[in-house]
Amino acid sequence: MGRKVTIEPVTRVEGHGKVTIHLDDQGHVTQTRLHIVEFRGFERFVQGRPYWEMPVLVQRLCGICPVSHHLAAAKALDVIVGAGTGDGLTPTGEKMRRLMHYGQMFQSHSLHFFHLAAPDMVFGIDGDPAVRNVIGLALTNKELAVQGVMMRKFGQEIIRTTAGKKIHGTGAIPGGINKHLSEGERDEFLKGTDPLNIDKMIEWSKAAVDWFKDYHKANMDFIDHYAVFPSNHLSLVRKDGAMDLYHGVLRAVDAEGNKILHDVDYQDYLDYIDEEVRSWSYMKFPYLKEYGKKDGWYTVGPLARLNTADFIPTPLAQQEFEIYKAYTNGKPNNMSMHMHWARLIEILHSAEMIKELLNDPDIVSGELVTKGQKVNEGVGLIEAPRGTLFHHYEINGKDQISMANLIVSTTNNNQPMNCAVEQVARHWMSGQTEITEPMMNAVEVSIRAYDPCLSCATHAFGQMPLEVSLYNANNELIDHKRK
Amino acid sequence: MPFKKRILIYAFGNPGRQDDGLGNRLVEELEPWLREKGLDNVELESNYQLNIEDAANIADKDIVVFVDASVEDIDDFHLGLVEPSEGRSEFTMHAASPAYILALCIRLYQKHPETYLLQVRGYEWEFLEELSRKATQNLASALAFIKERIVSGDFQEFLSED
Repeated sequence: MGRKVTIEPVTRVEGHGKVTIHLDDQGHVTQTRLHIVEFRGFERFVQGRPYWEMPVLVQRLCGICPVSHHLAAAKALDVIVGAGTGDGLTPTGEKMRRLMHYGQMFQSHSLHFFHLAAPDMVFGIDGDPAVRNVIGLALTNKELAVQGVMMRKFGQEIIRTTAGKKIHGTGAIPGGINKHLSEGERDEFLKGTDPLNIDKMIEWSKAAVDWFKDYHKANMDFIDHYAVFPSNHLSLVRKDGAMDLYHGVLRAVDAEGNKILHDVDYQDYLDYIDEEVRSWSYMKFPYLKEYGKKDGWYTVGPLARLNTADFIPTPLAQQEFEIYKAYTNGKPNNMSMHMHWARLIEILHSAEMIKELLNDPDIVSGELVTKGQKVNEGVGLIEAPRGTLFHHYEINGKDQISMANLIVSTTNNNQPMNCAVEQVARHWMSGQTEITEPMMNAVEVSIRAYDPCLSCATHAFGQMPLEVSLYNANNELIDHKRK
Repeated sequence: MPFKKRILIYAFGNPGRQDDGLGNRLVEELEPWLREKGLDNVELESNYQLNIEDAANIADKDIVVFVDASVEDIDDFHLGLVEPSEGRSEFTMHAASPAYILALCIRLYQKHPETYLLQVRGYEWEFLEELSRKATQNLASALAFIKERIVSGDFQEFLSED
């Protein structure tokens, strides 16, 4: 008798998802699927709204990465108000937005590493789930846990200061930004009482990379062989090939490092990218048109960005990038657990970028907004913490949104997450007759590497328990667990 | 001069999702009232969700009241004492529960405030800024209640019955 195991929803992943693993009569994994129950009504919801509302309105999408949506929408509207395609802003407009973005990247990645990833590493996939979290981390490595908390706090303060407030920030507006940083705010970030200053953040970021490298040396089998599969990789890069998390051209490489998307203008993304609908998931499967649905899917996020970029334009992160690249002899890295290594290098890069921007006089003075000739369509892309985020809008003669298309980072990673689940399920589940908590966590670890955010956006207290259901070949429920 | 307790009223929710923003609205409406009353011992905070850095944010307070929308079958609102919980917080671990934040605060700083959760009953969760009619009524009740508690500095005595 074949069996279907359902893990629903995925723990420590935003929103609601479930994993089904089909076993044959001998208990071998025959098929795995990550089903995503994603809210798809937002693009329709914004139709008819004035276009200038978008940077604030899109923050309703998600309380996890509102800054990424805020900035991607603002970039699309820059085009519509005639302020250019990302490089037409005033120096102040662009640098303040970058500061906001790198603050977001810093705090989001810090959360993921210290809160989500490190506990799995410290305690092991099969560690006691009661302590496999940041509190458990605090018991065994208090210093690391405190660093995680304070790095989050620092990044959140950067966001609050640049966006104006924590909720529904208004900093980025079509064509620029609505405020400078005051000299007092800048000095607080530069020279604040320890640990809340940028030099300490850089020091801790570097220490986190070193921590991972030490862990890697001691746990190569896990880190190098967990959810490994060939993939294409896509991200923005600066025109000279540098890593650029705020703006650039679209580049994709294949699993061997060959360029398969040649630094194209993202305003034309529809010429290169399409999305496939599969009946069993609400979330679409994007792919490069030229290579088709089967071979054209790609990975986005930290792993992809370090695979597409030629170098990182800050010194400490570049040193780490060189070590990272040397590990795969310069070839693309297709090891899912190396996503954590890549993410930590991006934390270091973000901290260095924040310092560079804080020391730039343009953030405390200068013109805020660029004005130009309005057009009726614009595309804004940004490298969100989880990967490339697409916002595309058209407006009508009444300045209302007439079309919106969003491809969020987690959607871009749909196929890679499915591949990761399959790899891990085959290793952990084949031949098993019972699904244990470590097995469930093993699957979740593979998904968590991608730090997915499923846009549920509301979190009212008491919702969303963790449920585990076990079905037989006839889809009859034979076991049910709830966390 | 009598000792003034340091109070933090901390709302979390997404005000772009209708009644999910009940807590945020409560904090918004408290602000001018606190100013008018000159209650400078009370701080307000509002965010989409709680997260690990909030352990540091609550550590030096005497009383913390988290305010959230609730889908549970409660009256207009419910005030409960938060006990630290070190187990898994919520499965959506990009956010954390008040109990988890309190436990983390204790572990990291070896101190903690008296911590409460004020849940205000919500009903509708669409992509709208406006609260539903019934939630608006609940907000008014909860607001009147918390103002009284702030003035008295006593929350313990007014815990809702479970």
